[in-house]
Amino acid sequence: MKILVCVSKTPDTTSKISFTADGTKFNDAGITYIMNPYDEWYALVRACELVEKNGGTVTLINVGGPQNDQTIRKGLAIGATDAVRIDADPNSSLFIAKQIAEYAKEQHYDIIFCGKESIDYNGSEVGGMVAEFLDLPFISFASKLEITGSTATLNRDIEGGVEILEVETPFVVSAAKDMAEQRIPNMMGIMKAKSKPFVVVPPVDFPDLAVPVKYVLPKEKTGVRLVSPDNMEELVRLLHEEAKVI
Amino acid sequence: MVLVFAEAVNGHLKKAAFEAVTYGSQTAQLLGSQCVALTLGNVENAGQLGIYGASKVYNVAGSNLANFDSQVFTSVIAQAAEKLGATVVVISHTSTGKSLLGRLAARLNAGSVAGAKSLPDISGGGFKVTKGVYSGKAIATYEISSPIKLISLGGNEIPLQSTGNEVAIETLELTVPASRTKVIEVKRQEGIVPLPEAVTVVSAGRGMKGPENWGIVEDLAKVMGATTACSRPVADADWRPHHEHVGQTGVAIRPNLYVAIGISGAIQHLAGVNQSKVIVVINKDPEAPFFKAADYGVVGDLFDVVPRLTEAMRKFKAS
Ligand SMILES: Cc1cc2nc3c(=O)[nH]c(=O)nc-3n(C[C@H](O)[C@H](O)[C@H](O)COP(=O)(O)OP(=O)(O)OC[C@H]3O[C@@H](n4cnc5c(N)ncnc54)[C@H](O)[C@@H]3O)c2cc1C
Repeated sequence: MKILVCVSKTPDTTSKISFTADGTKFNDAGITYIMNPYDEWYALVRACELVEKNGGTVTLINVGGPQNDQTIRKGLAIGATDAVRIDADPNSSLFIAKQIAEYAKEQHYDIIFCGKESIDYNGSEVGGMVAEFLDLPFISFASKLEITGSTATLNRDIEGGVEILEVETPFVVSAAKDMAEQRIPNMMGIMKAKSKPFVVVPPVDFPDLAVPVKYVLPKEKTGVRLVSPDNMEELVRLLHEEAKVI
Repeated sequence: MVLVFAEAVNGHLKKAAFEAVTYGSQTAQLLGSQCVALTLGNVENAGQLGIYGASKVYNVAGSNLANFDSQVFTSVIAQAAEKLGATVVVISHTSTGKSLLGRLAARLNAGSVAGAKSLPDISGGGFKVTKGVYSGKAIATYEISSPIKLISLGGNEIPLQSTGNEVAIETLELTVPASRTKVIEVKRQEGIVPLPEAVTVVSAGRGMKGPENWGIVEDLAKVMGATTACSRPVADADWRPHHEHVGQTGVAIRPNLYVAIGISGAIQHLAGVNQSKVIVVINKDPEAPFFKAADYGVVGDLFDVVPRLTEAMRKFKAS
């Protein structure tokens, strides 16, 4: 089984977000970067489990600059077989997906994994884009994936429930919580990662069609209004008359 | 022309579909153009889209559209966009919409904005749309430069506006490809408003002590007509179903009113709920971080406070 896992690098979940004074760029002073949790905990770990059970390879792919190498090495330490970095400084999801699709099209992967979304741009777009470029089925927000021969059975999270479906390889899937359990890389994994194949390839030309041009922080709450626990009628009144939400 | 894909479940349009058409028709007005809605498969109340501003409603029929497949739906929506000459395509930022957005962007070579919060700003000949980024911690303005613009509209971002009347459905003949996925089963909790669409949400956390105590939360939700949600440890411990888990790793929601009971307000929890319009926090610890993100707070024991709030709500609803 030949698997590709798309990973991105994002600020840690506890990061305090701020921007440059003119609001055009993310201010990364003091920010710790991590591998996007959905990519790491669910997509990558499930891909490794499938290969451990059925044999095969897991290739990690990232579109980014050399500052991402540490994150990619972590993925190798968790269990990926090898890694590819497309050497670019991407500004849009369509650009990223195009790079991944161009690399993947000659490789004939059985499964291409993404996380359900990145926790920075929250677009949830790259998986579908890659699938469309490669003319493959795409199953989004999968919380379970089992495979027998070339048939995969997946649970897809939908509003208020779950859809169970089958698809033949090859396909693209985006992984949500419950697909796997987070793995902490061990010493052996970290040592092995150092000698695993890791190639850097140049990007193909592709225009950005939608880019963020300005960032603002949401309005701060003006401060909580405390209501006495003995006076829930007052809370109801405030919600009705002041907040107008009931 | 603005083309809106209006999403349905079990043959009925979702609230998200009416929101998308309201958004599409307001966008069309800005552009001095028309809003056209598209429904796929059997949809019983499609004519109602006219009420929210669709000047035409098209339907594409075909047995391959009975179940959702992102590849099939993308092909049909893209064909419709090309055939009708759409310059803006609007879909909903739902589980269906999220499966379609990337595909449609690649297919139509369109710049896209996922989970839009605002109508486009077309001043100066540009096309700018805002959306939440960093899991709700910031808002970004995106500029789309492609000839076709693609937008998925976030839930509860725009009030429904009825401007017109029901319209007749016209059939659109397009090629519906065969699906390469096979749906085995759909398990959906019936009779509740799914979380992403809910206007009012009552949510509870580890402060509840155990699943056997959830009756008071359900009572409150019932009186308020709210959908129930929970924090992650509660879903992880199987006290509540997985699909109720809100936050960074769960469902992101934007209700008008979010009532948080016995939830501390960890940053990862807030990431999924901080776009709620009004937040009420009930917690016995006055130092709980959630109070900083709240509009109204009650410091007290939830086992006393929640039944009292339910009672007060009941009286209010009856009055
Ligand atoms: C990467 C990452 C992602 C995460 N994603 C999510 C996510 O998506 N969603 C999420 O919710 N969490 C998430 N978490 C976990 C998060 O950090 C918190 O651990 C979690 O939200 C805490 O849940 P809680 O508030 O229910 O429990 P606790 O933090 O234990 O809080 C319980 C609260 O109940 C109050 N309480 C107790 N008894 C009473 C009483 N009798 N009356 C009134 N109040 C009472 C306490 O004062 C306390 O504030 C994530 C964590 C990480 C690291």
